[in-house]
Amino acid sequence: MSQHSTTYVPKSAFAKWFESRLPIAGLVHSSFIAFPVPRNLNYFWTFGAILAFMLVSQIVTGVFLAMYYTPNASLAFQSVEHIMRDVNYGWLLRYLHANGASMFFIAVYIHIFRGLYYGSYKAPREILWILGVVIYGLMMATAFMGYVLPWGQMSFWGATVITNILAAIPVVGDTIQSLLWGGYSVGNPTLNRFFSIHYLLPFMIVGVVILHIWALHVPGQNNPTGVPIKSGKDAVPFTPYATIKDIFATVVFMIFFAWFVFYIPNFLGHADNYVPANPAVTPTHIVPEWYFLPFYAILRAIPDKLGGVIAMFAAIAVLAFLPWLDTSKVRSTNYRPLYKQFFWILVADTLLLGWLGAKPPEGWYVVVSQIATAYYFIHFLVILPVLGFIERPLPLPNSILDSVMGVKGGAGLPSGAKAEPQAKG
Amino acid sequence: MRALGNNIMMKRTLLIAAALLGLSAPAIAAEETPVPPQLKWTFHGPFGTFDRAQLQRGFKIYREVCSSCHSLSYVAFRNLSQPGGPEFSEAQVKALAAEYKVQDGPNDAGDMFERPARPADHFPAPFPNENAAAAANGGKAPPDLSLMAKARTYERGFPWFIFDMFTQFAETGPDYVHAILTGYEEPPAGFQVPTGGHFNEYYPGHVIAMPKPLSDGQVEYPKDANGQPQAPETVEQYSRDVTAFLMWTAEPHLEARKRIGFQAILFLIVLSGLLYFTKKKIWARVGHSDLTTHQA
Repeated sequence: MSQHSTTYVPKSAFAKWFESRLPIAGLVHSSFIAFPVPRNLNYFWTFGAILAFMLVSQIVTGVFLAMYYTPNASLAFQSVEHIMRDVNYGWLLRYLHANGASMFFIAVYIHIFRGLYYGSYKAPREILWILGVVIYGLMMATAFMGYVLPWGQMSFWGATVITNILAAIPVVGDTIQSLLWGGYSVGNPTLNRFFSIHYLLPFMIVGVVILHIWALHVPGQNNPTGVPIKSGKDAVPFTPYATIKDIFATVVFMIFFAWFVFYIPNFLGHADNYVPANPAVTPTHIVPEWYFLPFYAILRAIPDKLGGVIAMFAAIAVLAFLPWLDTSKVRSTNYRPLYKQFFWILVADTLLLGWLGAKPPEGWYVVVSQIATAYYFIHFLVILPVLGFIERPLPLPNSILDSVMGVKGGAGLPSGAKAEPQAKG
Repeated sequence: MRALGNNIMMKRTLLIAAALLGLSAPAIAAEETPVPPQLKWTFHGPFGTFDRAQLQRGFKIYREVCSSCHSLSYVAFRNLSQPGGPEFSEAQVKALAAEYKVQDGPNDAGDMFERPARPADHFPAPFPNENAAAAANGGKAPPDLSLMAKARTYERGFPWFIFDMFTQFAETGPDYVHAILTGYEEPPAGFQVPTGGHFNEYYPGHVIAMPKPLSDGQVEYPKDANGQPQAPETVEQYSRDVTAFLMWTAEPHLEARKRIGFQAILFLIVLSGLLYFTKKKIWARVGHSDLTTHQA
């Protein structure tokens, strides 16, 4: 169906000269123009592009904010207010950046759960998935340090609670803590180094994102059937098909983003962060940003400091092992009637943990947190491995084209996945 | 310093230990604190704007009442004449600023000196420093009011916070400030108010250091053509007006934000419509474009 050439052919003499020395035009052409995309991708597959947009948006607004921001404990809060009041459109830059972080996480959570639902972590995409987990980790570190920069009450006390957690790590904990603090408590040196690292990490994210996209382009994209591309009829060229769809979806996402930025810019923040940091006054209720709440709930569910820290990090690290924890050969949950139910239970469990993370750790909240935490790990460590053995998947379509044309699958049980040569590699 | 450090460290250790043991102390008696009533603010919603007359009245209250204890350090006199605020005339602002004295210097002789404020100056604080403010107010410095309307809130809870996203209800701060200003009452029988404290229905724990700041008829409002005050000279109205003023000091570009937001969102909706049809046309070439996913 594609009349586009699948390889880049330089036309002008200069292009030929250049391409033989640095084949970058060919790289772009093969990655973003001719790259075959499964024709049945739904809109959940546009979140990669949305995330790329958010990353660029955060870096651009952040670079401008850094021109006015002062990373000094006695000036930081004031400099943020200077941006909000006196810098032309400073309020817009700051609200874009602060809400942008939340949008970035909304998009990444949809992206991650898309991967969980459609089995995008399974062979041959394990490295792609692990790189994604690395990006997620870097994002969390970046967001945490960024939240400290305005040096409000929640900045200061959030930094205090989280850096104290790290002290629980045996042997090296205290060293890590004093390295982060640059002293004996959260203070000016902490703010300086957090600012420096907050500026550094996004560029590391860019680097890992390049690897992530590279690792995507080797096996190609997964798709809602989980059945790989078998012939040209299953795919369309990236440009114009995926490009236009990604641009459309990104603009729709921007409407959602704009709603928060312009109408409820402080909805996702904390009122306490409009109070300047004060080491002598502890807020009654120290709560991290919403995107950390499930992990915060896990941290507090364990009645032991070190245990809580281990559980919290394990909750993230377990994702990296998914390709081997999930024993089912079938990728797409559309064909896994049992797992489909457990998938939605996991979604509900995560949301519940998020809600609990915002509640004070007292009374029955603690008990429910413990149950929800236990379930989170049981899902990944018990349910996922066992399901692969006991579940009877629905018949898979023979090809993406069959699925698009509504031809009922006849390939029998998980044979669809077995028929795929890459899956064995 | 060292002692302070230890003290903080100890507090922190206790806090974390408490948090991890599930014993963290939430605001005592918070569950008995009533939810502040929701008022109709002119600045609510996508087309919200400030009421100039209300901001001017609110400023008058800040100036005549609040400013004797509370600073407003992020606000400059010039802000009072900027678009989207109380919009006093530049001449008014100049005259107003000149009524205040600010410290400047050092001059050529190396001396600090006092001069009348200019529009570019920020509001001078009532006390030279935080310790002086604390000493004059029973041990606790009255907070700066510049950001007060955004720095206070109350918990909305599930599911209300979800509805708030759609209704753009973002006025928990102003509602809280208004509730505090109108929440001074006689303590219920049996409630012991410690010395230096005051009973306030809406303050978490009910004991607030600030004495009742407003009373009926305290501030004279501008008169209309009939010689009547522009708005009722009551605690209720004073509280609304000064709260609106504090919302403006906390968010001086609120009007521009909502105006630009409307334009931006309108633009994005039109653009997404055009892109949708472009996408449809391009995908028409391959047929069956978007179906597929959930037809397991």
